[in-house]
Amino acid sequence: MCALCGVLGGDGHWTDAAARPGIFTRNVDSLERRRERLHRVACAQRVLSQLGLTLSDWQGVSYVLSTPTGKTEIIDNLAHLWSTAEKLAGRPCDPLDPALIRRLEAGRG
Amino acid sequence: MVDPTPVNLLTGFLGSGKTTLLQRFLADPAFSDTAVLINEFGEVGLDHHLLERIDETTVLLQSGCLCCTIRGELSSAIKDLHARRAREEVPFFRRVIVESTGLADPFPILSTVQADPVLKHHFRLGNVITTVDAVNGLEQLICRPESAKQVAVADRLILTKTDLADTKTVNVLTREIRRLNPSAPLWRSAEGTLDADALLTHDLFALAEKSDLARHWFAEEMSARHDHPNHSLDHDINRHGDRIRSFALTFDETIDWTMFGIWLTMLLNRHGAAVLRVKGILNVKGSQTPVAVHGVQYLVHLPVHMAAWPSNDRCSRLVFIVDGLDPAVIERSFCAFLGLKGTGRSNGETHSLAR
Repeated sequence: MCALCGVLGGDGHWTDAAARPGIFTRNVDSLERRRERLHRVACAQRVLSQLGLTLSDWQGVSYVLSTPTGKTEIIDNLAHLWSTAEKLAGRPCDPLDPALIRRLEAGRG
Repeated sequence: MVDPTPVNLLTGFLGSGKTTLLQRFLADPAFSDTAVLINEFGEVGLDHHLLERIDETTVLLQSGCLCCTIRGELSSAIKDLHARRAREEVPFFRRVIVESTGLADPFPILSTVQADPVLKHHFRLGNVITTVDAVNGLEQLICRPESAKQVAVADRLILTKTDLADTKTVNVLTREIRRLNPSAPLWRSAEGTLDADALLTHDLFALAEKSDLARHWFAEEMSARHDHPNHSLDHDINRHGDRIRSFALTFDETIDWTMFGIWLTMLLNRHGAAVLRVKGILNVKGSQTPVAVHGVQYLVHLPVHMAAWPSNDRCSRLVFIVDGLDPAVIERSFCAFLGLKGTGRSNGETHSLAR
């Protein structure tokens, strides 16, 4: 288990904590880790809601991605989020999609 | 934890002088403890015989081109070196250089080092060094997609055989190289000595300890912006290489790291093949010092927390090299995701398509 991130089998995705000097990591303690995960869910949800999907934290170690009809997948980190989201949504999740960009801009107010 | 051993990739089109450069590296006493993996594309391991100094730690990969057939073999070869070093069956080495075939796509080689579940704990990626032949390089860049890609992903560029080409040819080639990759330092191998240390060791990882290196990291790109502020998206689009474009985004506002991760992972999931390179220094919200990020296609290096800002400039700066993507859409998407208003600067500065 990684001493820094406290996640069993943490696979060192670049957005996660890494136990190496000089590597940028935000998860400095357990409270910070928790806060970071919740913030990550909120950030991802802002985009996923445009695709009809819902993301939630699962026990502080994984994430649960769901469709409105109840289809559910568990993912470990952001490396798997978008490919899984595409599978569940049945369409590409493209950040360069003009319609998605417009909706995000509108939501920002 | 023992520092991971850096793995440098030496790439470049056929006949561009990779092996000659490798010999020069190995002649430097500072790099005598370097293991070399050579990928041969042919029946005879000619290059191997040229590299006599590294006998025991040279592993010849002869099953074909690295990019399509022997990622597994590359992984096995590096693991084998690692095991033999641990058993003291080969001289101790502090660095590995992989010399790829001239036709190899660099990305699978890089991803092998970073993604392999065993290798990633013992090795890390170092600089990608690309050689370009001054005599034939321009034609190769125009006609061969592999060549353009090798230049685009390079951290260091070496223009070889400049003594055999006329000045005009070299200048035109240099401009084309700069268009594909504005930020990598460019050396001319025929002119004086090559600084092997700067080529091999001044990499992303070193930024954590030596913030002054960041100046070099962006120096070329920044000077190109200032020299050619009006360089635009418009140029001859009749060549395949013109799909590859570089541009820089600059933001005064601080960046939300989490949202940045959401955006970049989403972008690379869908367009990773077209994002040949992204690198940047970010002013991250809540962090006093900058964070350096560096990615090649689907692969992103672990972000480095730099010791200090290299100058008084606190702007976040991202440099992209993309194949067929629209820089304006990327910027708009970035702003929409990150909740930024955009820079409001003139087009020439914000989107500067550095050369």
